[in-house]
Amino acid sequence: MLLTATLFVPLVGALVVAFVPEANHRLARLVALAASLAALALAVVLAARFRTGEAGFQLGQTAQWVPAFGVSYRVGVDGVSLPLVLLTTVLTTLAITGSWRMADRPRTYLALLLVLETAMLGVFVSLDLFLFYVFWEAVLVPAYFLIGSFGGQRRVYAAVKFFVYTLLGGLLMLVGIIALFWLHQKATGTATFDYEALVDFDKAPTTQRWLFAAFFAAFAIKTPLWPFHTWLPDAYTEAPTTTTVLLAGVMSKLGVYGFLRMALPLVPDGARWAQPLLLTLAVVGILYCALVATMQRDFKTLIAYSSVSHLGFIVLGIFAFNIQGLQGGVFYMVAHGLVIGGLFFVTGMLEERRGTRRIEEFGGLQQAVPRMAGVMLVLTLGSVALPGLVGFVGEFLTLLGAFLENRAYAVLATLGVILGAVYLLWAYQRMWHGPLEREENRALPDLTGREWAILAPLVAAIIVLGLFPRPVLERVEPSAQRVVEQTQASSP
Amino acid sequence: MHPLAQANTQPLPVPQVDWRAIAPELALLVAGVVLLLVVAFRPGAGRSLLAGLTLAGLAVAAALTAWNWGLERVAFEGAVSLDGITRYATAVLLASGVLATLMIAQGDGPEGEPDDSPPEVYPLLVFALLGMVLLAAASDLLVVFIALEILSLSLYVLAGETRRTAAQEAAMKYFLLGAFSSAFLLYGIALCYGATGTTNLLGIARASADPTSDGTLLLAGVGLLAVGFFFKVSAVPFHMWTPDVYQGTPTPVTAFMAAATKVAAFSVFLRVFSGALGGLVVSWRPVIAAVAAVTMLVGAALAVVQTDLKRMLAYSSISHAGYLLIGVAAAATVPAGVSASLFYLLVYAFMVMGAFMVVQYVSRLGPPDDDAVRERSSLDDYRGLARRHPWAAGLLAVFMLSLTGIPPLSGFWAKYYVFLSGVQAGLTWLVVVAVISSVISAFFYLRVLVVAYLQEPAGEQGETAPGRTPALGLALGLAGLLTVAIGLAPEALISAARSAERILG
Repeated sequence: MLLTATLFVPLVGALVVAFVPEANHRLARLVALAASLAALALAVVLAARFRTGEAGFQLGQTAQWVPAFGVSYRVGVDGVSLPLVLLTTVLTTLAITGSWRMADRPRTYLALLLVLETAMLGVFVSLDLFLFYVFWEAVLVPAYFLIGSFGGQRRVYAAVKFFVYTLLGGLLMLVGIIALFWLHQKATGTATFDYEALVDFDKAPTTQRWLFAAFFAAFAIKTPLWPFHTWLPDAYTEAPTTTTVLLAGVMSKLGVYGFLRMALPLVPDGARWAQPLLLTLAVVGILYCALVATMQRDFKTLIAYSSVSHLGFIVLGIFAFNIQGLQGGVFYMVAHGLVIGGLFFVTGMLEERRGTRRIEEFGGLQQAVPRMAGVMLVLTLGSVALPGLVGFVGEFLTLLGAFLENRAYAVLATLGVILGAVYLLWAYQRMWHGPLEREENRALPDLTGREWAILAPLVAAIIVLGLFPRPVLERVEPSAQRVVEQTQASSP
Repeated sequence: MHPLAQANTQPLPVPQVDWRAIAPELALLVAGVVLLLVVAFRPGAGRSLLAGLTLAGLAVAAALTAWNWGLERVAFEGAVSLDGITRYATAVLLASGVLATLMIAQGDGPEGEPDDSPPEVYPLLVFALLGMVLLAAASDLLVVFIALEILSLSLYVLAGETRRTAAQEAAMKYFLLGAFSSAFLLYGIALCYGATGTTNLLGIARASADPTSDGTLLLAGVGLLAVGFFFKVSAVPFHMWTPDVYQGTPTPVTAFMAAATKVAAFSVFLRVFSGALGGLVVSWRPVIAAVAAVTMLVGAALAVVQTDLKRMLAYSSISHAGYLLIGVAAAATVPAGVSASLFYLLVYAFMVMGAFMVVQYVSRLGPPDDDAVRERSSLDDYRGLARRHPWAAGLLAVFMLSLTGIPPLSGFWAKYYVFLSGVQAGLTWLVVVAVISSVISAFFYLRVLVVAYLQEPAGEQGETAPGRTPALGLALGLAGLLTVAIGLAPEALISAARSAERILG
């Protein structure tokens, strides 16, 4: 019940927000914030009740939905999904706070953010493949309207590209899910989409390759892996700031989570067969997107590319198929969500103040807005993976995992770490250091109280989890270990 | 003795009359005749009286269908069969008849313009429904033909019910091509009769299983039957009439055609091909599968370039016919094919009629213009609809997303079920084609939403208020509610479709 409540509180909040009188912006904001805070509080209770050290799913709920199809409503969390549930609720609350001063149809915008939260949480907690697919596609609709209705100039193009691209992947995954369901029904006689039942039955290695291809289509596009990433810079750049925070902070995790939760345990032979391809794409993506990021003039696009580059590390860790890599991958998901969310928030605050995102328009901001510069420094260093900050733990573990599996990939990926430092620090230097040349930058106001309220929790989490990663890691470990076993132990 | 003379010595079999089996059809017949008499003797009868009588007739037919719900039998020496397909299709047909009546009762002109649709539309609608309900029950090829002609003739006239040039043109096109397809069908029936000596579907099923029968002649007949049905369900390459007819026909009639004709035509398609000709599945399945693939892709691809919503919906209906053909192709060997198709038809009827209701609503916003060649259904008329008419736009979004197949709306389950039956029948390649077509179709469904939600209203000159639209509002509410509710809780209707899998006769 607790998990179901966490899942649907935002949706109920969205419905309430949708029926608030149109002119009463303040009430809409308060209701939306209350709903997101309620979800966050429930997620915290969930985390408190979570039994550390258990690998299986906990705190779940099962109910019939469409028995004619073998579809049930089954949810639960394990060490892999719990951190992501917390991340989602935290970032949505902050995103709603960040949208506080939005003047354009705030009621619709906030309702859509809350619907998006429910859909994304649903993907993380579904233990029925069909339910997973339903939430997976349901993410598209609010995201489409958020980008298309509230974004920048090329928003319609970006929204349609995002929608169609993701829908293609999702439908191919649906074919894979149907095939899996049908194989299971033929083998055992029971019609079910239950995750554990579908994990446990034997699948022929050749079939697994096809099935993996179907899952790959969905997850590679959603992650996105190079070369399926072309929708992302458009979508991230055109979306309004707080939407981008959720897209980059949470939605990008759906793809890697899918690999980890679905592709590896369900079709281990297929995953092992595709391992070289995945590792190659991950490394190429890390390096290519790092190079492209170096050349960007718009810092929102720069961060968008840096996000793709960093997601490559997560894929690298997951497809190392060992405990270090998987554990690191999950930790990196959380780290990436915190850091990239913060970076996009600061981006939005700057854009709000100056009306531009071009790097050359700035310079020497440290003198004008020293507090903002300090926060930005922590975020940048977190992204560069400075030891002591949250990014380091994830990056170190994933690289370690990759190194144990195959040294060449790890060595190449390490080049990406260096490139990451190059473009992020260079951008920081151009924007925040140096002389304060432009007159219009001189009078910029520093962080307001509301902005502190958004950034302070993120900065605190980045530092605390960087120094004490253990609370997260020890919860992730048993579940990650189970995935490792599922991946290794499969039909000969 | 000459064989013909010999045959004459046998007494002509007189079929036993089974009134109960055709009770819903009789109710519709009576309703149609009463309406015709009212129209003839009370020319001034109000729209609401006629609509009320129509709804009453449909209600009686629905009650009789419910009364017959448990019956599983063949009546009139195998000419009519009562089975799952019959009752499921009849229920859907009557429901779409109710929605169509509400739409017609609203009229399609903007407020203030005299309603130019003649009172005869009500009896014609009822007669069209009679043909459809009979078609869904027909298990003899001659009854199939008669039912098809009843519904087609009514629809030809309905298509031209207003004096708009486009409607007249549409009616003419529909009539010519419809007559053409009837000829194909009749020729196919004749060849089947020649090959098997019977027009009864059960007899044909027996004869086609007999290895000594003339296989070539029967296959030629089956091919022509398929062509006739392909015309009716507007499958590529027999789809050419659809866009013009859908665009020109008054919107309420288009909605009815799009939903109900598909239901009736696919019911008989299922019964003839998966039922009677199930033994020949190896011969016809590749053809149907190929037509399905081409239909899905061509329909979706051509819909992308349309700038008129009614025309776009016409191409989208072609594409949906392709998805339904997957169910037909699967149905002969996989029972789920039958239930998947039936469920799809049910869901499709509500969402496509809903989409046309929004078209009707928007066309009422136009300036009153007697010379209007066609209705206001250009995509430009939808610019910024969300800001001006949020409810209409919201419902439009529901229908478009459901037609795209986004969960958890009803269209998603329908698509899923059809895909599942395709995979079960070993037609995975066809399902992959369907997926590609779905992605293409997302482009144009989304484009409607882009126009309605993401574009600013173009400076509206002379836009009139839609006026009071109680009947249309009720119909829209019903269609929207069903699309969402079936999406959230599809179980009951899927189970009902499951119990309709067994084809009699």
